[in-house]
Amino acid sequence: MRRLEGKVTIVTGATMGIGRAVAKAFAAEGAWVIAADIADQDRPGDQKIETRRLDVADEEAWASLAEEVMRRYGRVDVLVNAAGVIGYEPIHELTTAQWQRVLDVDQTGVYLGMRAVLPAMRERRAGSIINLSSAWGVVGGVGVAAYNAAKGAVGSMSRNAAVTYAREGIRVNAVVPGWIRTPLTDRQPADANERVIGATPAGHGGEPEDIAAGCVYLAGDDARFVTGTELVIDGGFLAV
Amino acid sequence: MTRLTGKVAIVTGASRGIGAGIATAMAAEGATVIGCDVLGFSAPALAATEALDVTDEDAWAQVVAKVLERTGRLDVLVNNAGITSPESVHESRLEEWRRVVSVNQTGVFFGMRAAIPAMEAGGGGAIINISSICGAAAVPGIAAYHAAKGAVRTMTKNAAITYARQGIRANAILPGWIQTPMTAGQSADVNDRFLDATPLGRPGTPSDVAGAAVFLASDESAFITGVDLPVDGGYLAA
Repeated sequence: MRRLEGKVTIVTGATMGIGRAVAKAFAAEGAWVIAADIADQDRPGDQKIETRRLDVADEEAWASLAEEVMRRYGRVDVLVNAAGVIGYEPIHELTTAQWQRVLDVDQTGVYLGMRAVLPAMRERRAGSIINLSSAWGVVGGVGVAAYNAAKGAVGSMSRNAAVTYAREGIRVNAVVPGWIRTPLTDRQPADANERVIGATPAGHGGEPEDIAAGCVYLAGDDARFVTGTELVIDGGFLAV
Repeated sequence: MTRLTGKVAIVTGASRGIGAGIATAMAAEGATVIGCDVLGFSAPALAATEALDVTDEDAWAQVVAKVLERTGRLDVLVNNAGITSPESVHESRLEEWRRVVSVNQTGVFFGMRAAIPAMEAGGGGAIINISSICGAAAVPGIAAYHAAKGAVRTMTKNAAITYARQGIRANAILPGWIQTPMTAGQSADVNDRFLDATPLGRPGTPSDVAGAAVFLASDESAFITGVDLPVDGGYLAA
């Protein structure tokens, strides 16, 4: 028995890293996946995944994506807001434009995504929203001022939506990854990566599939009493 | 239903309530479950049951030895056995305080201490300790329960980081208001207050908690250790 059979799911940031693993894992569990990304995508080679262009910071693009999904599937069961960008600047070096760019994608994009799918979820009085936060949404990182801010906001926005829409059968949770091997972390300086992995009690980083498995749990009926939480997947990083 | 195939699991407090829900769900996912309880088992739905007082360290050693003798391994330990007591600090008796702490807190220590060598020998394992929303947020009264459930969270993180390199993961589940014999024994106004403060507007069931326990016991959560996973209908988010 597959755990997400027939669930219509929108995944953002779906071309690479965590978003890509989420799309694949959901399809493997029987979901219909709309894999959205600002980047061009190869044909996924999986008939349960269809790809769409989406800039998560563009509210009109969200509206037309939601409308199209409703037209084709008649509902949205799950939204996974995985699209994210990082900036490494500390406050004193952070330009307003850099600040705004990170907030647009990591924070406003999550807000716009939730806003776009909530009417469909409210109508059916059911739905599960999963927002990707970060260990840097919980504790401070050196530099990364805008990312720290936006990921912290994702945690409180998720709790806000969880409490606001609980009585309408909509669950909202955040996932908090630690160091995960993705194109985003591949581009980071090696010493920065080594520092974080060195502070991870498990002694190694995680894989996108580790995060995808947490998302499958939160999207499925096994988590029907779970809302407003932060599911930490970090090899023990935050427990130290 | 094979997410735990090949795994051997000990579940304490398994005769009823959350423990029974977890034991049943783990068995349904293919685990060999040894259900332990100080109370008797009415329906033998599990392959194996053992009488266990979690506050008895010798009994713990015997149960783990028996499991190893029978199956040769121990992959999962669920420290679920728990009791509560309504007493507030000013009216509480030391004897009652010790009773709650010894089951809910020392029982968890004994369980981990007994299981960790077996898990280390087998190359790893998953420990799941049942804390409570009362381990993270306060309600009036139940002083000893609060203390012990908070301790379970920090003990879990301690074990997680101490044994991470041995492949042993330790995580806590924080159930909210769950329909069990324990909560049925609480006063109606205490239960009403919990329910009112639960955003989803309903009590949870043992199977809601079991869903989280299966996830944390399985290899799906291989990179998850030292975390608190609330299963509380949004209680702690509000």
